[in-house]
Amino acid sequence: MKHQHKLWAAVVLLAGIHGVILFAGFFAPYSFSAQDRGLPFAPPTRIHFVDAQGKFHARPFVYGLQDDPNVAGSYSVDSKRMYSLHFFVQGAPYKVAGLFSSRVHLYGVPAPGRIFLLGTDAYGRDQFSRFLYGGQISLAAGLIAAGLSVLLGIIAGALAGFYGGWIDDVLMRGGELFLALPWLYLLFAVRAALPLHIAQWQVFLLLVTVIGLIGWARPARLIRGAVLSGKERNFVVAARAFGASDLYLLRRHVLPQTYAIVLTQMTLLIPQYILAEVTLTFLGLGVGEPMPSWGSLLTALQRYYILSSYWWMFLPALLLIPVFLAYYVAGDALQERLKSVPL
Amino acid sequence: MLKVSPWKSASTRFFLAIACVLFAVSAAPAQVHEERMVTNNPPGHAGGEIAVALRSDPKTLNPAFAMDAASQEIIYCMNADLIHINRETQQTESALAKSWSVSRDGRTYTLQLRRGVRFSDGKAFNADDVIFSFQVYLDKKIHSPERDLLIIGGKPIAVQKINDYSVRFHLAQPYAAAERLFDGLPILPKHLLETAYRNGTFSQAWGVSMPPDQFAGLGPFRLKKYVAGQRIVLERNPCYWKVDSQGNQLPYLNEIVFLLVPSEDAQVIRFQAGDTDILSRFSAENFSVLERDQAAQGYHLYDLGPGLEYNFLFFNLNDLASKNLPQIAKKQAWFRDVRFRQAVSSAIDREGIVRLVYDGRATPLWGQVTPGNKLWVDRSLPHPPRSLARARELLKSAGFSWKGDGTLIDAHGNPVEFSILTSSSNAARMKMATIIQDDLSHLGMNVHVVSLDFSAMVDRLLNSFDYEAAVMGMASGDADPTSEMNVWVSSGGTHLWHLNQTKPATPWEAEIDRLMNQQLITLNYERRKRLYDQVQQIVAQQLPVICLASPDILVGAKDRIGNFHPAILEPYALWNVEELYIR
Repeated sequence: MKHQHKLWAAVVLLAGIHGVILFAGFFAPYSFSAQDRGLPFAPPTRIHFVDAQGKFHARPFVYGLQDDPNVAGSYSVDSKRMYSLHFFVQGAPYKVAGLFSSRVHLYGVPAPGRIFLLGTDAYGRDQFSRFLYGGQISLAAGLIAAGLSVLLGIIAGALAGFYGGWIDDVLMRGGELFLALPWLYLLFAVRAALPLHIAQWQVFLLLVTVIGLIGWARPARLIRGAVLSGKERNFVVAARAFGASDLYLLRRHVLPQTYAIVLTQMTLLIPQYILAEVTLTFLGLGVGEPMPSWGSLLTALQRYYILSSYWWMFLPALLLIPVFLAYYVAGDALQERLKSVPL
Repeated sequence: MLKVSPWKSASTRFFLAIACVLFAVSAAPAQVHEERMVTNNPPGHAGGEIAVALRSDPKTLNPAFAMDAASQEIIYCMNADLIHINRETQQTESALAKSWSVSRDGRTYTLQLRRGVRFSDGKAFNADDVIFSFQVYLDKKIHSPERDLLIIGGKPIAVQKINDYSVRFHLAQPYAAAERLFDGLPILPKHLLETAYRNGTFSQAWGVSMPPDQFAGLGPFRLKKYVAGQRIVLERNPCYWKVDSQGNQLPYLNEIVFLLVPSEDAQVIRFQAGDTDILSRFSAENFSVLERDQAAQGYHLYDLGPGLEYNFLFFNLNDLASKNLPQIAKKQAWFRDVRFRQAVSSAIDREGIVRLVYDGRATPLWGQVTPGNKLWVDRSLPHPPRSLARARELLKSAGFSWKGDGTLIDAHGNPVEFSILTSSSNAARMKMATIIQDDLSHLGMNVHVVSLDFSAMVDRLLNSFDYEAAVMGMASGDADPTSEMNVWVSSGGTHLWHLNQTKPATPWEAEIDRLMNQQLITLNYERRKRLYDQVQQIVAQQLPVICLASPDILVGAKDRIGNFHPAILEPYALWNVEELYIR
């Protein structure tokens, strides 16, 4: 019963995260590409209720920033400039899921005030907005690539398990070959062979396809195992005796037995593939500037001066932990459930 | 790997040192008077060692082949040239040649060599070594990268020995910067290298795996030990030909240890931890990191102002008729219109680049000569501020217009979209491209930033011409305009925006050709300066390259190092290594 709770908690959390990411334009106060060249590497903005005179404000506010004359490259708070925080404000236009456009943002402060919940990057871009928009790329890449992998895994696994013989041999040995491929170098080669500038969505599709294609072998093996045992069960044999076609048997009797495996594989592959996207972007193979992804947010951490001077650049990395945790908990709970439910 | 055991090599060294002393004390003064060079800096004291980080293993220690920065840095410490460029004043000064004279027609240089100078193995130096060295550098079969520099007016420089201590150089035409040619051309020991040269094995001579006693140079230091991938130890050359103002033999330091530290960040950390004494070639961001605890850690950081590096954006103006690149050829109609280039230049936020890319430690540029090049920069060049309004005007006058959503379209209704190529290994240029991308988006241009690894980028720029625009940087080794000939002359090998021209493609390129060739043979500085100023004005007007910014040269050194005078010419920190001492 306990893993049931765990599962639901994880699913609710995941739904929440995906919802926020899907409506990134609404939750983000700024566009992901808006540069504020006066404020590179600004620290996270502090939200105040009590002003410099000790007066309490029911509406929270933020202070403006100015260059710190004592320390080059850092900022001090200008307590004369106060900007109160408002909700459902008008701002930069955005599109929700590429369908309808809007200008309403969840929160914001009136210009020229700025609110950076996670600070800014080297170009003065809001890291929080970039984190949300970056999630759209990374989560979509994870979901689609995992779907692709599992779909290919089902097809290959079902064929191999159901027919056996040489089909089994060819598919499974082929899968092993895929597992052994030095896919990182393969990717470098693919990128180098492509035309110089390809549209962002093409890069994205390429990324997703490659990540998805590479990973089909493992789910295929598991599904093959389930199909192998599933096709020998009495009701399947009985259906076959009644003259059911192969397609019918697979569709109605054998594949339904593998759904639990498919679901678990999905939840385990998605975070893996998000990480794969992170790695690839880290290596410069992901979507290019100014488009953010979680991988590109982490790339900045390669540099010593960022590690030693700008602690808030770590925050996106910390925020990724609950996302991955939710996926793993969901996967774990599904697996537990699988064990307790007899095939 | 070293093939000689440490014991053997140490003993050899010992005998050499004794030989040196004996020569210096007894035999030498009787035969030839020693003409030591006396330096100006306040005297220090002898002893001690310093550690410096090196980015990579040197590929060779043979001066005729050194191309990479690591090799050049080590070779600089181990060798000497005839006439040297003082890195601080940027002017030439005497080195192994104590004096020289120029014939009236500017085509013959006669150099008087210092007498009594010895290589680090104790053997005497004379005109034969000079003749031999130039024979090597000029030999076609050797393929020395220095050879190109010694071809003046289409003919190699002719070298003639007059006597043991004077040499004459004949040039096919007057050459304004002839004295500066000698800088960075180390004089090789004939007695050690002649056999290899005669046998045709010169290209293997003085590789990094040779035992230290096979090397000898005229520089302040000589090789003691090389451990591949770890460190190179240089020791004091006891026969060095410079003394300080009190007559003390230079160099002061006993040893320099070059530690191999492969990345900039790692070098910064090692310096911060006190493992190395001198740090150069690091970014402005790391300067800020190091600046914070410089007092506590006992080191000092120097911002020397802009160096000679200029970064720029340029468009592909190459003749693409022979290449199958119809997409790019179509866009060249925009790139070839000077108003388009001027609009782009006008929209670029150079101050923003200085602030965001270099933390303020850079100078915005409107021409190719940086303010660091004191003798040659044209200070009257206009510095128009960023103006989107002017950019729009220029675009409008060139037939461009805007769609309802703000997209810029050309006269045929094609949206203006292009990519900027950069090298993925250069973080600063990637940032510049990203800033330009954002700047140009305000004009309705759809710009993509594409980063490739350096060699892939160079291949596109120089061979396939498969690119639309690129951000690049250049830094000539010397301040003199002659070192930039290849860039500005239309037939030059690094005339990046339009290579392989048989005759100048545009009237203004023809004019630049004329001016550059004229300054090359003009001996009077003022007249040369006027000619080169005109080149700078044409470039600023026609914008074949849109100059962006010049980063400051940043150097750090421990407080305990005396006579430390970093300069904006390479090698920034170690150029006066013979005078450095431990306080």
